[in-house]
Amino acid sequence: MTEKEKKGIRARTRASEAAYLGMMLAFALILGYAESLIPLVFAVPGMKLGLPNLAVLLLLFRSGPKEAFLVNVLRIMLSGFLFGSLSSILYSLAGGVLSFSVMLLGKKTGRFGVCGISIAGGVMHNVGQLAIAAVVVESGGLFYYLPPLLAAGAVTGLLNGIVAEQIQKRVQGHLPEK
Amino acid sequence: MKKNDILLAGAVLGAAFLFLLMQKAGEISSSAGMVTVWQGREQVGVYPLSEDRREVFVSPSGGRNILVIEDGEAYMEDADCPDGLCVKQGRISLAGQTLTCLPHRLQIRIEDVPGTGPDAVTG
Repeated sequence: MTEKEKKGIRARTRASEAAYLGMMLAFALILGYAESLIPLVFAVPGMKLGLPNLAVLLLLFRSGPKEAFLVNVLRIMLSGFLFGSLSSILYSLAGGVLSFSVMLLGKKTGRFGVCGISIAGGVMHNVGQLAIAAVVVESGGLFYYLPPLLAAGAVTGLLNGIVAEQIQKRVQGHLPEK
Repeated sequence: MKKNDILLAGAVLGAAFLFLLMQKAGEISSSAGMVTVWQGREQVGVYPLSEDRREVFVSPSGGRNILVIEDGEAYMEDADCPDGLCVKQGRISLAGQTLTCLPHRLQIRIEDVPGTGPDAVTG
């Protein structure tokens, strides 16, 4: 790391932290928007790419669980109010919180890399959403969609993990890190 | 990428495949199949799969779904929800298969013998 880079990321004031988290929140939001433009052809409710999880993964690995959780929840609320509805916030929040808890636990074990954590997050997001949906419809019949949602969560999680790994490598020294 | 990451991906895919197999094993072709329609926990319609018909369902929230039974298959012809996923779910004909419209909390199920669906016990 050069002197200039060190200087650039040295000052860790509350203001710089707020600015950084704000930027990551914007990153997560725009990823969520980009994701909504890509229609997945599979007719399974709740199937998504999970791109916003990239921002959460980066924060989880580079800043800490508090920061990652904050951005995760704010992202869900904001994109819900901007593009979705109250019920979509409910689904996303259930998926988001469950997925975040599992990612945090998985990271604490130290046995998984970014990809593994991302896979766990993707899968659990889908499981959480499905569970809430089952409560809403008041039927266990929805678990009919479990296999495709599990598989989709694993595949999108793996892809997101690979991207997150590459981003990690490239932003090294350019973004603040704890 | 760590070895454990790959193992995790494999395990999840394996589990998904296993669940799928279990599901497929439970889907039986049945000439006496009944199409049941559920609004939340409440059953709002039972129709034999063998009889062609077209039914309109209006949910308490005002959403509309059109169910068609044709040639031993059931499908959602139209729905006024924003995502229209229930229409995209296609045609179902085997006992155990479902169509779900989440925004309207409507579910179509095919049951081998009416009342023996998964929720007959739990619901």
